[in-house]
Amino acid sequence: MKDIDYAAPKTIAEACAILNEKGDKARCLAGGTDIIVQVREHRRDIDVLVDIKHIPQVNALNYDPSKGLTIGAAVPCYRIYEHKEIARAYPGLIDAAALIGGIQIQSRASLGGNLCNASPAGDTIPPLIALEATCVIVGAGAMREVPVEKFCTAPGKTMLGRGEMLVQLKLPPPKPRSGAAYLRFIPRNEMDIAVVGAGVAVLLDDSKQRCSAARIALAAVAPTPLLVLEAGAALVDGALGDALIDKAASLAQAAAKPISDMRGTAEYRKHLVGVLVKRTLNIAIQRARTG
Amino acid sequence: MSDTKETTGLSRRQFLKGSGAAAAATALGTAAAPGALAAQAPAAQPVPGMGPAGVKITLQVNGRKMSSTVEPRVTLLDALRNYLDVTGCKRVCDRGTCGACTVLLDNKPVYACSMLALEAQGKEIRTAESLVQGAKLDAVPAAFVRFDAQQCGFCTPGFVVAMKAVLEQNPKATPAEVEKGLAGNICRCGTYEQMRDAIYSLCNTKRGS
Repeated sequence: MKDIDYAAPKTIAEACAILNEKGDKARCLAGGTDIIVQVREHRRDIDVLVDIKHIPQVNALNYDPSKGLTIGAAVPCYRIYEHKEIARAYPGLIDAAALIGGIQIQSRASLGGNLCNASPAGDTIPPLIALEATCVIVGAGAMREVPVEKFCTAPGKTMLGRGEMLVQLKLPPPKPRSGAAYLRFIPRNEMDIAVVGAGVAVLLDDSKQRCSAARIALAAVAPTPLLVLEAGAALVDGALGDALIDKAASLAQAAAKPISDMRGTAEYRKHLVGVLVKRTLNIAIQRARTG
Repeated sequence: MSDTKETTGLSRRQFLKGSGAAAAATALGTAAAPGALAAQAPAAQPVPGMGPAGVKITLQVNGRKMSSTVEPRVTLLDALRNYLDVTGCKRVCDRGTCGACTVLLDNKPVYACSMLALEAQGKEIRTAESLVQGAKLDAVPAAFVRFDAQQCGFCTPGFVVAMKAVLEQNPKATPAEVEKGLAGNICRCGTYEQMRDAIYSLCNTKRGS
């Protein structure tokens, strides 16, 4: 591995100062499951890794049924799914957090890291988008909050500017009669990268037979994870059933712009989008009805 | 990755010199008010980085304090194997996919190849070596021996550590739960069937029942 510096700031301000000084040559280190491999394989040219795990806010995980969920950018996946209240309130997020990599990855990897890695196939990103999560970004004395769907700008690239860091992810409290789900397709059960991933969230009306809001997000079918607004909109104001779900799935397929690579052809991926969107919608609707 | 060899370095002098760095790296787990985020950001000086030259570290490995000097780029796996002579964890893929380097870090299974040695300071590290106390073999490796659950055996230390983690967290784990805990390990010899026998025996369950 290239020889690198290591810094372990204890405050956000200290971390931002290093990130500002070093620019692209500095990168935050949370679980390290992506960045350490990337530095070793010369896929990212880094001079300093900024270990952010000593910063209290970045390690905090807070859930309040009235305020929602705050996930520090370095909180490892297992802390999220082992938290009983959070697991009950956000099953769609847990689908992804409990499936990424294997157990050893989940012991270290964070949702913040998954997002900053900006892989088009990032497993936790579609459910975060579907659940209307926002990114709390701090840098240069200012704080801004942006929706997760705006965060990734290209494969491996994010909207973070010089001296900025992702501090937290915020999710609104789950509404009554809402449900979410995430599924991905891979040729084995674990330790692989999604061929396609689909994360959906639905909100049902009082009758539980109609949808009053829905969000559908896809992974591995575009340069960045994709929010397909029109597919969610198609679910609203019709009687929920196979016809409506099929319509949403076809709109999601139409929005997908996949490439062909070693994991699957573009055609195959398009097909998978339809399958996974239907399956996830059925799970999410079931959760909304029974939750 | 540099393969520079270092002395094992367990002298009292080195231990005392190294422990300062360990204290400085104690992990924080406390929550803080999110509202104070922005106020923190202005005008701090960059904290001095460590490296790229060697840094003195002390790690708690299998109940013993071990000290050495490692460059920041040295992974926990390479620190254990090449600097501290703890060779139970194996270097196979070196990119976080095979599980041969699995160690327990504060009781959680992690890939030692995918974290820096510096990050492991202040944490309790256990390797496959911790599953032998004198002549007494822990139940997990003992079951591997009994059911011949290895062929070349190179992946075995990672498997037993991952399996130990599941059974330690939940002594009543079902065979399916134990298998789920092994999702991050791979055996290229394909001895999974014998491992299943070992798992069923550890779970006191009859296979096929």
